[in-house]
Amino acid sequence: MNTTEDQKIHGILAEFKNPKELTDVAKKMVNSGYSKFDTFSPFPIHGMDKAMNLKKSKLGWIVLGHGILGFSIAIAMMYFMSVIDYPLNISGKPFFNAPAWVPITFELTVLLSAFGAVFGMFFLNGLPKLHNPLFNSERFKKATDDGFFACIEADDDMFEAEKVKALFQEAGASHIEEVYE
Amino acid sequence: MSKYQYVPEPALVKGDHDFSSLTRLVTDINLRETPKAWYLAMMGANALLMLMVIAIGYLIWEGIGIWGLNNPVGWGWAIINFVWWVGIGHAGTLISAILFLFRQDWRTAINRFAEAMTIFAVMCAGVFPAIHVGRIWAVYWLFPIPNQMQMWPNFNSPLLWDVFAVSTYFTVSLLFWYVGLVPDLATIRDRATDKIRKVTYGIFSLGWTGSNRHWWNYEKAYMILAGLATPLVLSVHTIVSFDFAVSMIPGWHTTIFPPYFVAGAIFSGFAMVLTLMIVARKIYGMKDIMTDDHMEKMNIVILVTGSMVGFAYIMEFFIAWYSGVEYEKAIFMLRATGPYAWAYWAMMTCNVFSPQFFWSKKLRRSVGFTFFISIVVNIGMWFERFVITVTSLANDYLPSSWDYYSPTIWDVMTYVGTFGLFFTMFLLFLRFLPMVALAEIKAVIPQADPHNYDEGTNEYIAPKVEVPEPQSEKV
Repeated sequence: MNTTEDQKIHGILAEFKNPKELTDVAKKMVNSGYSKFDTFSPFPIHGMDKAMNLKKSKLGWIVLGHGILGFSIAIAMMYFMSVIDYPLNISGKPFFNAPAWVPITFELTVLLSAFGAVFGMFFLNGLPKLHNPLFNSERFKKATDDGFFACIEADDDMFEAEKVKALFQEAGASHIEEVYE
Repeated sequence: MSKYQYVPEPALVKGDHDFSSLTRLVTDINLRETPKAWYLAMMGANALLMLMVIAIGYLIWEGIGIWGLNNPVGWGWAIINFVWWVGIGHAGTLISAILFLFRQDWRTAINRFAEAMTIFAVMCAGVFPAIHVGRIWAVYWLFPIPNQMQMWPNFNSPLLWDVFAVSTYFTVSLLFWYVGLVPDLATIRDRATDKIRKVTYGIFSLGWTGSNRHWWNYEKAYMILAGLATPLVLSVHTIVSFDFAVSMIPGWHTTIFPPYFVAGAIFSGFAMVLTLMIVARKIYGMKDIMTDDHMEKMNIVILVTGSMVGFAYIMEFFIAWYSGVEYEKAIFMLRATGPYAWAYWAMMTCNVFSPQFFWSKKLRRSVGFTFFISIVVNIGMWFERFVITVTSLANDYLPSSWDYYSPTIWDVMTYVGTFGLFFTMFLLFLRFLPMVALAEIKAVIPQADPHNYDEGTNEYIAPKVEVPEPQSEKV
């Protein structure tokens, strides 16, 4: 990679050997007061949320909102179609035949909730993302195979390249590099 | 010491695998050159698919008169095949959602595979309701779309519930599958060396980095989806059974239908997963991931659900007698002894008797025997739907209108053709997508747990648990 002076630094990326080291360095980054940092692993690591001090995901609320929306759409649609717009007497059943509407109400609630869960998750994660400076690092490709990475971003208020490198060095990083935008 | 002993699970991944070797084992299949045998298999599948296209083409040209339907039997192979295919799909959701909620980590080896099967099976199922309407140009009347009659669909009808249930099921299964695929597509993106793969897998992996901030939301989404898919899968076959149970036909109008259909669906779906898994793991060398332990666990599910189905068959008979309804009693006697007795006893043999062999541990772990039974079970489940649909219609209230139903060549061609659709899709899946949920299986091997590392040196220490190897007692 070319590391010329005129390029803007994105952050410092360090590679670690295993999930244990990555969890430890996450704790270290939190304790040192960094906030714009992240860890990367090929799979979700048990206990990483606590180590990184992550707040509870807001996704549940998004899904709840979508679920309520799906429920309301279903009831409103059926009410409009079979009570208001074109009431049809079917075997003498009431126009507002609530028990018979349960299946469709349920299905649409689930459908909209699932949309909320999937698209909400991608939204919270900021995906799809067209460009990520981390992909400039050839080594970072291992993050989806067997690599464990930690990165402190240059946006962090406390960011000082030398101190960050020292922190990673101390934590036993096997490789440290600067990543440019 | 307590008299109870903790018995740990046998290792989920056999052999000496680490993260990287698992990556290679799974994604090399997608990255290497297409093998010649794949083209041959694809040719076979495409030939069958053409059969379906021809059968459907002629159906649209000529009308549903080309099928074997007659006056009392207005529902024939189309609904049988629809229910059969949808049922097969249910195993995928069971494995991906219900077993996830129960923390059954062994599901990670087969969930991707089974979910793919779900999606393709639901596609095959969806073909039948779409083409059976007769006037295909009016098929949009199924949906609440404004039409020239200014009428809306009848929301009291189970057939309409079915439209919503199956389309929701397909959409949610597809989303669930895709969410699981994103990290693995990123793995292929990062391993690919050619431009086309880099770009294609790059687009579909949405820029996934493996960030733990992302994983955190991702795991939440996965859990919520599993929680949504679980009642959904139960509702889908419940609603499919309502197609029958809400009518007034003897043999259909029973409250046992929803649970019995769901059990049957899982039963046939697991059998289909086994059929595909046994072949695929041999061809693709996946025996370290899809182990005999997985096969045994699935065989236990087959045994349980098969026994539930058997219980339902017997209970139907009992209730027919206990209800005192003449027509109910007559239809069940006719099922077992009437013109379709051959189908009834084929169903009984395949579904109730054949899985009972799995009480034997030796047979549960025998690959050849499992393969044989998995096919027998699916034949049996097809006959179950045949018996339910046809016997009740052919011999209903008025003996003077009874008639015998036989399919025509077009029924057979359409059904056989859907296998072409299924296998075409499945072969494309095997070729282009990772067939094992890599990120998930990496997370369940012992190296993934930070506790399995030494505090001081950070070196990996294999967990010290005595794992009883089930194979040790035999060859």
